[in-house]
Amino acid sequence: MRTKLIPPASESGSESKRESDFESWGRYPKVKSSLRPLHWMGDFPLRPAVSPQLPVGMGRSYGDVCLLEGGTLLGTRGLDRLLAFDAQTGLLRCESGVTLAEILRFAVPLGWFLPVTPGTKYVTVGGAIANDIHGKNHHVAGTFGCHVPRFELVRSDGTRISCSASENSDWFAATIGGMGLTGLIAWAEVQLRPIVSRNICYEGIRFHGMDEFLALSAASSHAEYTVAWIDCISRGRNFARGIFMLGDHSHLPDPLLPTPEPRLSVPFDFPGWALNRFAMRVFNGAYYHKQRHRHVSALVDYEPFFYPLDKVLHWNRIYGKRGFLQFQCVLPFAHGREGMEAILQAIADSGLGSFLAVLKVMGNPASPGSMSFPMPGITLALDIPIHSDVTFRLFDRLAEMTRELGGRLYPAKDARMTAAQFQFFYPQWREFAAYRDPDFTSSFWERVTHGA
Amino acid sequence: MAHKNAIPQTVLVLGATSAIAQAWMRLLAPHGTQFFLVARQEERLRAVAADLQTRGATAVHIEALNLDRTDEHPAMLERAARVLGRIDCAMIAHGVLGDQSQADRDFSHAAMLLHTNLISVVSLGTWLANYFEAQGQGTLAAISSVAGDRGRWKNCVYGASKAGMNMFLDGLRNRLDRRGVQVLTIRPGFVATPMTAHMPQGPLFAQPERVARDIQRAIEKRRDIVYTPWFWRWMMLAVRLIPEWKFKRMDV
Ligand SMILES: Cc1cc2nc3c(=O)[nH]c(=O)nc-3n(C[C@H](O)[C@H](O)[C@H](O)COP(=O)(O)OP(=O)(O)OC[C@H]3O[C@@H](n4cnc5c(N)ncnc54)[C@H](O)[C@@H]3O)c2cc1C
Ligand SMILES: NC(=O)c1ccc[n+]([C@@H]2O[C@H](COP(=O)([O-])OP(=O)(O)OC[C@H]3O[C@@H](n4cnc5c(N)ncnc54)[C@H](OP(=O)(O)O)[C@@H]3O)[C@@H](O)[C@H]2O)c1
Repeated sequence: MRTKLIPPASESGSESKRESDFESWGRYPKVKSSLRPLHWMGDFPLRPAVSPQLPVGMGRSYGDVCLLEGGTLLGTRGLDRLLAFDAQTGLLRCESGVTLAEILRFAVPLGWFLPVTPGTKYVTVGGAIANDIHGKNHHVAGTFGCHVPRFELVRSDGTRISCSASENSDWFAATIGGMGLTGLIAWAEVQLRPIVSRNICYEGIRFHGMDEFLALSAASSHAEYTVAWIDCISRGRNFARGIFMLGDHSHLPDPLLPTPEPRLSVPFDFPGWALNRFAMRVFNGAYYHKQRHRHVSALVDYEPFFYPLDKVLHWNRIYGKRGFLQFQCVLPFAHGREGMEAILQAIADSGLGSFLAVLKVMGNPASPGSMSFPMPGITLALDIPIHSDVTFRLFDRLAEMTRELGGRLYPAKDARMTAAQFQFFYPQWREFAAYRDPDFTSSFWERVTHGA
Repeated sequence: MAHKNAIPQTVLVLGATSAIAQAWMRLLAPHGTQFFLVARQEERLRAVAADLQTRGATAVHIEALNLDRTDEHPAMLERAARVLGRIDCAMIAHGVLGDQSQADRDFSHAAMLLHTNLISVVSLGTWLANYFEAQGQGTLAAISSVAGDRGRWKNCVYGASKAGMNMFLDGLRNRLDRRGVQVLTIRPGFVATPMTAHMPQGPLFAQPERVARDIQRAIEKRRDIVYTPWFWRWMMLAVRLIPEWKFKRMDV
């Protein structure tokens, strides 16, 4: 309750407390937390202090890295100010709640583009750093963190730590990919890359099987962006068929207009049966055959190239209330081909299928984060709707296979890894834990460090 | 009036750290606008200034002032006019929601609310009206609220402050329109800002960006009163049409 007409900043936060259900993009799990929206950098640390707490950006992670059962989520979207931009070098400084969509809106008309982008532009800079995200250009550009020269980390005791590769480099390494556990990233610098056009020179090539995929990847390492969509439903003759996609920013100057706002939205939850196997089979077949020729090339706008799903806001509602799980692993090249085939086979055999499965070769650029997910190898990402235990059993099996094959899973897309699996995938987790803010934790962290 | 306003080049914003005001200023900044920003907290003003400058503002001046200090208004406004050279648009955006249950028990709370939301606006409006009248052009805009359209027990002092503001602005418009000055009363419904962050956010909540676009359109089209989003105009019309003998028994 309010006690003063004009509350001091320290109190205005506590009035904003709301306890309610939270879910991430996968809509699983659902947990109870309070939300404290931050509007100004001075709103953090909270006074009086609360514990436990965790920053949350757009909540576009799939599992529970951005959730905290029974705790307080610090909503960072109100920290949405651009702080400086050098039009000569393309260096942007902004508050951590700025989204990649907002950066594009600002920077594209000025001839600059994101250095690395995930499959949605609705993520915050803070979230992009905390998960050290990767994009279709990982093989040449590395992770998002490779393009963040500096940021400020604020701890719950008020300590401010300026982090870069040379200053407080241990905090820099712990926070990039640090899953929001080391403190609040208040602002960050992002090094943008120049463009002269919105267009991407696109090539799509049909392939069959892992060998063809790997050959195409090897032959196209010159392209800035590469990724493959793969059919993970079909078995037999059509097993592991897909479309390999390449893209480069066009060098032909073209008007750099901003993107109009999306209008389409999924306003309600689809019933669970809407996504049955039949629908997915039809979709996968249609997607494959949408490309009529073995090889097509075209000039396409960057929006459909990078963000085909962003056209429909809240598309995750298509999966209904039960939600879905994402699976993303990376396997080292040593076991890459057979390993990926075995995993794809297990998925096809389960009959659970997925609308969108994505395969990509990750390259050598080292991630600056000590806990970053990417490593050289092949990565597979797909989502699978939750159909009770069958889905969970499949995921447990896939995690075990990943472990046997020397790979690892991506915390940003995980709701199932066991503590033993996590600690095997990320043996450096104990050293990392020393950098955790004593007041910060997440449902993910509690799960994967349980019993340690 | 068919006459249209150009995008303002020199803008004075009172309560410039307001979320609605920030969203509106972001629309202007890429056009190279010059700003003079006033609010209480200097650190916040600096963050807003950095944002606007990055987005293309030509110059951003800030002044930290508690607008309850009406005695300081004339000097501050003179500085703004001098620094900007000429004021194309003055936006009065500051305001507080207050706590009605506290106002019910304690008159001093109600008095503070009325002072911030109404008395200070009358003080600013008095100076600005004379300024714009002499200048013979420009826009005086102020953020009121749909709450000023009808008295509800849940926010009766806040509503009264906004109703008073509406009436004052109507009067200024009556005087200034014939001098070529636009007086714009902005009446938003629920907007997702720090002011309402403690409320459960229902489907009626609009984003500040949406409200900002409506405000800018209303300035360019030289409107008198703008409800934002638009449906509030019809909703409040319906609410005003309810006869008082019935309204007084309703829990709205
Ligand atoms: C359609 C879709 C496609 C995707 N494609 C990719 C892809 O290609 N590659 C990829 O890597 N990922 C991908 N992702 C995942 C997504 O990019 C990441 O989960 C990203 O981190 C989400 O950002 P967010 O702002 O939503 O953060 P949230 O999900 O809200 O939070 C993510 C983590 O960041 C922390 N955090 C957030 N803000 C701060 C802050 N200010 N300070 C400290 N910690 C903070 C949180 O505590 C949490 O641990 C995709 C997601 C979707 C929905
Ligand atoms: N949000 C809604 O649902 C809604 C609906 C209808 C109308 N409105 C009106 O819209 C206007 C803007 O509010 P908002 O929603 O954008 O909320 P907000 O972000 O909380 O903005 C209110 C601003 O008023 C400033 N302020 C308050 N008292 C002040 C004082 N004495 N001196 C100087 N500045 C003062 C505050 O600045 P500092 O604290 O930094 O000084 C703050 O930035 C208000 O008039 C409000 O009544 C809001």
